[in-house]
Amino acid sequence: MKKEEVPQDSDNLHEGTFKQIMYAVDNSGNYVKVQSAGWEPENIALDQAWEEVNERVKAARARVEAGEISPVAYYMEKNLMDLPLLASYVGKFQWQVKRHMKPGVFKKLSPKLLQRYADAFKVSLTDLLQIR
Amino acid sequence: MTNSFFQHNQTAHCESGVISNLLGHYGLQISEPMAFGIGAGIFFGHLPFLKVNGVPGTTYRIWPGAIFQRVCKRLGVRMESQKFSTPEKGMQALDKVIEAGIPVGLQSSVYYLPYFPASYRFHFNAHNLVVYDKKDGQYLVSDPVMDSVTTIDPESLAQARFAKGFPAPKGKMYYPVHVPPTASFEKPIKAGIEQACHFMLKVPIPMFGVKGIRFLAKRVANYAENPGDRKATLYLGNIIRMQEEIGTGGAGFRFLYAAFLQEAAVLLKKDELSKLAGELTQTGDLWRNFAFAAGRVCKSRSADNVSYKELSQMLLECAASEDAFFRKLAQVKW
Repeated sequence: MKKEEVPQDSDNLHEGTFKQIMYAVDNSGNYVKVQSAGWEPENIALDQAWEEVNERVKAARARVEAGEISPVAYYMEKNLMDLPLLASYVGKFQWQVKRHMKPGVFKKLSPKLLQRYADAFKVSLTDLLQIR
Repeated sequence: MTNSFFQHNQTAHCESGVISNLLGHYGLQISEPMAFGIGAGIFFGHLPFLKVNGVPGTTYRIWPGAIFQRVCKRLGVRMESQKFSTPEKGMQALDKVIEAGIPVGLQSSVYYLPYFPASYRFHFNAHNLVVYDKKDGQYLVSDPVMDSVTTIDPESLAQARFAKGFPAPKGKMYYPVHVPPTASFEKPIKAGIEQACHFMLKVPIPMFGVKGIRFLAKRVANYAENPGDRKATLYLGNIIRMQEEIGTGGAGFRFLYAAFLQEAAVLLKKDELSKLAGELTQTGDLWRNFAFAAGRVCKSRSADNVSYKELSQMLLECAASEDAFFRKLAQVKW
């Protein structure tokens, strides 16, 4: 990659502030550090990853509202977590967390455990019980 | 020495950047590419069974922490490294060390670092940064991939240091306790190159090194059937993102390694290395072309069989090019 070819494909993913360093060769073939405002393929990939996240959050939300799953499942998606990660945050086994995603089981959780979920998701207890 | 201002240099990659900045603070000047090369950072691996959010992992460099260990060992740097059972203990220990004027390297999760743009904040637990002071209740941070120094509040920093998941940082902090004032790079460079060649060519596991690139190529060729269109674009997207991994120029660390070879050529007066650097630059450009093509497939959201076959072909070309390159590098006579 030549110095002039260092991509400057800025988009709002970088919020205009974040410039990365890339190594590229100058006219005499020596490597130099050049700042890059972003790169199109990476922007596409990032965009796509976020779209996937948003879709999953939306689907989870609809299922919570339909009473199929508990807010635990919704907030897990919203915090980009998967089951193993969430389980380690609340210090439970994966099968236990899975159970807590059932609305019936969720209703009966102790305040202490609910607080642990709220902490893991960084939301208040009220927000945990009633998704916004 | 200890109270001098911390010199922040923006670098492409966090681990080699922290090494360069930390050792530079103690007067041992080592550039980022040099640290990356001596630490034999270049690698390839595709791990279909190691999934994050349902997407198989791909890496273009050695596992986190390895570059650091190797550089320290090869240059005779002694590090103090600690992990903690609770955030309270971890933050207390950090305060004590920075109070003594010692800049500290920290392993942390990108997800909890508020100074990054929101779109970059995924659960990635192997990010490295340096905290060099504390003022008005805020920690002063030199994050090597950032333009300039920044600050972070104690709560976010504690969360970032004690994030759960793989690999769990457990508050890991490290700082040099002995740095030789000067070091000869000659032997470390050779050792680093030998190790890199070994990892790229000789590890007897099909997912690693040049073999790993071919392994990925085979799987990409079948992406239309397995895992099927919708997931395949996510898989491809992840390959691109790992290839870029903040600032490596889209060539999966290949340009960074080429820059190292160039520097080594001057130091050791070996023109051969600089010629090889030129070849690796071309390989890096092949990788960039692959990312462009893969990006187009991602954007169109579906691909016919032909385009997966084409992508697979491009990967095979990358593999062939790297195969030839590392074989030549392994045969350089010292």
